[in-house]
Amino acid sequence: MAKGMFVDTSICTGCKACQVACKEWNGLDAEPTHFKFDKDKGFAVATNFSGNSYDNTGKLSATDWRHVRFIEQFNEKRTEARWLFMSDSCKHCNDAGCLNACPVSAITRTDMGNVVVNKDVCIGCKYCIPACPFGVISYSEKTKTVQKCTLCNDRIHNGLGTACAKACPTGSIMFGDVAELKTKANARLAQLKSWDAKTKANIYGYNEAGGLNVFYLLLDKPSVYGQPENPVVPQRRLPVSLGFTAVGAVIVGLAALFSFRERGARDAEVKQ
Amino acid sequence: MGSNMAECHPVAFRWPMKAKLDHNATLMHVDPRFTRTSAMCDIHAPIRAGSDIVFLGAIINYVINQPRWQNDLFFQQYLANYTNAATLINADYKDTEDLDGVFSGLSADGKSYAAASWGYQRDAAPTPPVAEEKTFTDMLLKRVPGRPKQDFSMTSPNSVFQIVKKHYSRYTPEMVERVCGCPKEKFIAVAETLLKNSGRDKTCNITYAVGWTQHTTGVQIIRLAAMLQAILGNIGRPGGGVLALRGHATIQGSTDIATLYHSLPGYLNMPDARKAHDTLKDFILTEAVPIMTSFWGNLPKYAVSYFKAQWGDKATAANDYGYDYHPRITGDHSHMPMFLDMADGKIKGFFVMGQNPAVGGQNARLQRKALAKLDWMVVRDLYETETAAFWRNSPEIKSGELKTADIKTEVFYLPAAGVAEADGTFTNTSRLVQGHEKAVDPPDDARSDIWFTYHLGKRLIKAYASSTLDQDWPIKNLLWDYEPEPAEVKEWRIKDEPSAYKIMKEINGYTWADKKPLTSFVNLTETGTTAGAAWIYTGIIPEEGRNRAHDRKGDGWISPGWGFAWPANRHIMYNRASADLDGNPWSEKKKLVFWNQTLNNGAGGWASHAGEIPDFQGTKRPDYRGNDAGIAFDWLRGNDPFIMRADGKAWLFAPSGLVDGPLPTHYEPYESPVQNPVYKQQTNPIAKVWDRDGNRYHKLADPNYPIVISTYRLTEHHLTGTMTRWLPWLAELMPELFTEISPELAKEKNIINGEYVKITTARGTVRARALVTRRMQPFNIDGKIVHEIGLPWHWGWQGVASGDVTNNLTALVGDPNVSIHEAKVFTCNIEKGGA
Repeated sequence: MAKGMFVDTSICTGCKACQVACKEWNGLDAEPTHFKFDKDKGFAVATNFSGNSYDNTGKLSATDWRHVRFIEQFNEKRTEARWLFMSDSCKHCNDAGCLNACPVSAITRTDMGNVVVNKDVCIGCKYCIPACPFGVISYSEKTKTVQKCTLCNDRIHNGLGTACAKACPTGSIMFGDVAELKTKANARLAQLKSWDAKTKANIYGYNEAGGLNVFYLLLDKPSVYGQPENPVVPQRRLPVSLGFTAVGAVIVGLAALFSFRERGARDAEVKQ
Repeated sequence: MGSNMAECHPVAFRWPMKAKLDHNATLMHVDPRFTRTSAMCDIHAPIRAGSDIVFLGAIINYVINQPRWQNDLFFQQYLANYTNAATLINADYKDTEDLDGVFSGLSADGKSYAAASWGYQRDAAPTPPVAEEKTFTDMLLKRVPGRPKQDFSMTSPNSVFQIVKKHYSRYTPEMVERVCGCPKEKFIAVAETLLKNSGRDKTCNITYAVGWTQHTTGVQIIRLAAMLQAILGNIGRPGGGVLALRGHATIQGSTDIATLYHSLPGYLNMPDARKAHDTLKDFILTEAVPIMTSFWGNLPKYAVSYFKAQWGDKATAANDYGYDYHPRITGDHSHMPMFLDMADGKIKGFFVMGQNPAVGGQNARLQRKALAKLDWMVVRDLYETETAAFWRNSPEIKSGELKTADIKTEVFYLPAAGVAEADGTFTNTSRLVQGHEKAVDPPDDARSDIWFTYHLGKRLIKAYASSTLDQDWPIKNLLWDYEPEPAEVKEWRIKDEPSAYKIMKEINGYTWADKKPLTSFVNLTETGTTAGAAWIYTGIIPEEGRNRAHDRKGDGWISPGWGFAWPANRHIMYNRASADLDGNPWSEKKKLVFWNQTLNNGAGGWASHAGEIPDFQGTKRPDYRGNDAGIAFDWLRGNDPFIMRADGKAWLFAPSGLVDGPLPTHYEPYESPVQNPVYKQQTNPIAKVWDRDGNRYHKLADPNYPIVISTYRLTEHHLTGTMTRWLPWLAELMPELFTEISPELAKEKNIINGEYVKITTARGTVRARALVTRRMQPFNIDGKIVHEIGLPWHWGWQGVASGDVTNNLTALVGDPNVSIHEAKVFTCNIEKGGA
């Protein structure tokens, strides 16, 4: 029975409790690139002000397994005024590009459907990084392996839910059986549509990458939230890709054959 | 309004979200900025900072002129019977409409009001029921005033309703657009939504925080919201009311048990050398007589029980329960004037516990320099705060303005325990007291505040044990035994932690002879037979060993089995108002408290289907006419729900108690670029100001400081960042001080998003990053563009996330009723660069 999370961004307040709860539970470092050593103080201080709305952490990384995105949608007259929030993380795809790419099978799926990295097996080759269509999995200089959200693998195998869901004050992040969560999500989407027929609200994650175990209710197109509209798991391109490779190989082979035969004929001509 | 709830009270914000999901509740946010709260609301109405009274007054003017409100029997009955709308005011009263912005009774120097002309017209005083004054209560019974005169048609020009109507008659949607800069349509949408969601079957709530309190008109803004809710019939009913979101965790508990300099626990007034408070009898006469026809008629019992709790055996009738030895205040000792006294060298020693005035204090530079004038200072906190470190690395040290070698202040920095490292309670602003239990010992020498205070007290008592001086009597004779029982410290390393239970028991109260806890404040006496520090908490420990703060039985609604809501576990105050004049619920949907004739063997009583405790005398019939010659419950009638008011009614007009006027009136903030469009009187004439070197103010429309500025908070940091700016996980969320400015202002000043800017006032300068965003907007005020910027105030020089101190910019200036500082709106200048 697959476990996952439904994230209802319409009741997310952008508070970032999820970001911090995740780091606290998983004992993650503060992101090293956010800090610089201060000579006077004798310790490192935070220097990562971005000027991008209230988002100073910028992206998912080996030590940031959740990242809250802020999207300001205001026109000049302020007659359109909206501030969207989205707590981004690993989607634990049913067809996971990272899992498919790993040459040493360090990335596996547990009995609960979540995708986890085994740090002891990972060789740090980074093949998985470009394989993720969502830009999630990242490399840690410290451990020399890749890291990402585990869906709180230890918690969920001991009767608990994810740390982020527990910390979320409004219940925007919900943990549970994917099937039950889908029922909740459908009901919430239907409610929003009944309140406003023109709503752009949509579910992101039913069909993408084989279905996402961590899926979202968004209030606008996925691209507005920095998410790929039609994410492609690279390995799904393999048949076509192989096909091109095969055709290309044949063409190159024929061309080589042709070219060598011609040269042979010319050489023979010259010899005569 | 006056709040950024999703930002600053994110956990509580789950409830508005639940109302949205469950009932499609309409959420509205009225605020100068578009914040994380606005993002969650259906309507965001932008208003210029400091113009809240115009907005709220205009809603009142709008509502009372709607036929829907005028013709609905519910609104009219609630208005006439549960508020003082029908009461007649002294014929000498003159309103701001008559005097262009001030009330009658203003002194010649324009700095204070005599409130006599604001008083009620009254019937002749009744004949006292007692001849002699044998007890404190007898004293009160000899002085009962005549009942207020009323005109239930509310047509007399001296009726409160007509006065209120006239007072707000110019607060129109057009005035809102002119003064607040809020489009008329937005304002009307807000007013309509409130009216539509009020009445028999519906209620709505107004929630506010320091966006309302921190103004020179702070108290009046809040009062205006309460008036509006009374006019809409929303007080004392489920889903209604005015909810205060406070600025610190358990600050409610803090003010309940008197960290306020001018209060005794339970909100009695502090003995005051400036008042007729010489003896205990004087104190009770002065304090109780004006309010004795309310439930405060029991004040003598609360006062005597408090003194008994202080000195136990040593407090007897013979020595007025130690009253003569109790400290008195001699003036305004609130934060701002206290720091001015400190700056002037008048204060020798200072305890700073969980506070950081070097960053959080108004005019922070003045406050940091004042710390250098102390003989000694004790700072207790979890990290080395800016206040603890001021003497070695503050900006004044870095610039050479102060030199460490010249600072004579002896600073003791003591490590404090965190909240999970001690037993205690949290009190929410809904008056709900919840206990929290110690989970782990604090490390090394860190100790809780109760440990520190208890052991300090023990040492002081010992130090003064042999003194014969009167001034040492109060410390020498303190009843000060909170030794823990063995079971309380058995599992802990720290064996001398005082008993939080014993402290709470003293707050609860007990009979002196047998030390048995009291179950109710009605059992407190004025004869020294009971000791009880804070009458409002009585009942939290109803029997030995049982602390209701730890109860955890919730039921999804009132949840009387969860914690303890003072007073007496009443959750919705003034809930008598949830029933009509006959005691029947106004509607089945909004049923809460009602009269049940079958109770008490047919004599009848007030009941609730939800476990709620009636905030009313349990057996008082709805048609009880009241005893004209009695006090407290005896005097209050069956249709007087507001039992803490001397006439039992919600006050639309405040005949006494406020120093700056009986009705909220729009005054511009003390610093403003706008001349008051509503009245000739520019600012609150009674505002607390200290115009002196180092604290100069900007004049009206000062061209050097044309930008309006507000200060506020972020979710990621807490107060002055003493806990959050040392934590890397939080530091990286919000690393640096930044100012939010509109693209329009950025363009004018050629400021690019992300670059450093310099913000200046007459008090100081800060350097901050610019965050250019359309969530900030310029306002069109009376045809002139007024720009606004904002700064969070979480940053100081210590910690892993550091930045300039925003309060370098603010001034010492405040509300005259409670001395709260005006931090939400003042003026400044902003420039590119910031080296």
